[in-house]
Amino acid sequence: MSLRTALLFAASLLCAGAGAGEIPPSERRSGYDLMSRETRAIQDDDATNPGMLWVLDGEALWNRKAGAVGRACAACHGDARTSMKGVAARYPAFDAALRRPVNLEERIKLCRSERQKAPPLAFESRDLLALTAYVARQSRGLPIAIVIDERTLPFLDAGREAFHRRQGQLNLACSQCHDDNWGKRLAGSVIPQAHPTGYPVYRLEWQGLGSLERRLRNCLIGIRAEPYAFGAPEFVDLELYLMWRANGMKIETPAVRP
Amino acid sequence: MARAIVNVPARAKRGEIVEVKTLAQHPMETGFRRTQTGELIPRDIIRRFTCTYNGTEVYRVDLHPAMSANPLIAFSTIATETGTIAFQWAGDNGYSVTETASIRVE
Amino acid sequence: MTTRREFLALAATSLALSEAARAQLDPNLAANRKAAFQEALRRIVGDTQVRRGRVKLQLPPLIDNGNSVPLSVAVESAMTEADHVRAIHVLTEKNPLPDVASVRLGPRAGRATLSTRVRLADTQSVTAIAQMSDGSFWSDSAEVVVTLSACLEEGLI
Repeated sequence: MSLRTALLFAASLLCAGAGAGEIPPSERRSGYDLMSRETRAIQDDDATNPGMLWVLDGEALWNRKAGAVGRACAACHGDARTSMKGVAARYPAFDAALRRPVNLEERIKLCRSERQKAPPLAFESRDLLALTAYVARQSRGLPIAIVIDERTLPFLDAGREAFHRRQGQLNLACSQCHDDNWGKRLAGSVIPQAHPTGYPVYRLEWQGLGSLERRLRNCLIGIRAEPYAFGAPEFVDLELYLMWRANGMKIETPAVRP
Repeated sequence: MARAIVNVPARAKRGEIVEVKTLAQHPMETGFRRTQTGELIPRDIIRRFTCTYNGTEVYRVDLHPAMSANPLIAFSTIATETGTIAFQWAGDNGYSVTETASIRVE
Repeated sequence: MTTRREFLALAATSLALSEAARAQLDPNLAANRKAAFQEALRRIVGDTQVRRGRVKLQLPPLIDNGNSVPLSVAVESAMTEADHVRAIHVLTEKNPLPDVASVRLGPRAGRATLSTRVRLADTQSVTAIAQMSDGSFWSDSAEVVVTLSACLEEGLI
């Protein structure tokens, strides 16, 4: 890392630390803590957590031969419980070939098409959600560990800027609700701090499992802003920032949220 | 594909009351929702859940659209003898799923 | 990308068909649903008097989301051949349909319970009725407050 980059990096961290309204580490709460006791109970028990239905599907897909090469994920990656442990905790991660960060869904899609030579999995499709849930489940209980270096710093900055930017017809920035007013109620629901600790998540509102991007689209529609398309680079920047902002918090996949 | 998850203790004492938890993957479409263009989405739900213990029915539920998607049905049953506890979900559009669990009763 | 016109049409459609709006459009909605609840109740118990007690219905008083409300019913009963719970019925008074679930059970159940998750369309009262082997009916009710979630997929209200 050059001196200039190191200085920029340090400056960025300082800015982050002294950011107006940013939640101090000691006050960070997962959305889990802000739910009712009953909803927490749904998440806590694998026998009652509907997200587990997708995790099981994902396990089956992991072991199923796919693509022109006729190989399962397991053929290269072996037992996911070992090989995928910690993976979800460090995504979005930098992809050297694409020269930008990719999220876990994109990584799985890339593997699927480039390594397995299989037809592409659509964003938010049953199979992609199941595989993502299965992989992320292997990191349950592990702390989020996003590492920022000179390659990912510009994307983190873009994500941070997006989080603090007013947008949409309601002219609201994410930070206004999720940094400044978390814990208070909006239309009867408690405003969470917006840490993506449990994705893909079983959202009670959806009556199904969905990705972080689907949830973020809901946020954007909520403030009457144009939602980004699935897979948009703006999304990955924001996801990178949100995960980095939640560094140290435990992965809960598959989480249950209202 | 995982159609249902069932949880039954693997072993129990004779006469012990055991907890059974079942989870079925199903959208439970109510028949009251509409598409973006206003058409009614037809009802598509699980109508009946049956639990049999070595062939004898021990618990049955008739479900209506007010049951949430991916329905959880948790109940109890007496561990009477070693054998198979079978679960059957039946519903609209020919939906039929069966799961079994073994229980060792001492 | 949704055009402005599509967005407005979407919002209008969603608005017109939300529960609250539908209630405003049909002045008899509440009365009709209450009547349906009474009718469902009559279908279950006939002319027999329903007594309060022996049944414990548990629901969170303020729910996180009306699509999936955890509900549990427990009925006091020895669950013997001579004296047991034959059926448990759950009803609502403001949902489009009053019936939620009907359980058939017997002494083999050990305990007369049901744990599940239900959909509640509005703030309302939920009722659980237990039918005993001696032909008597017992019930319990619980009040639940249901609010609309924030930040949804359809741009509502």
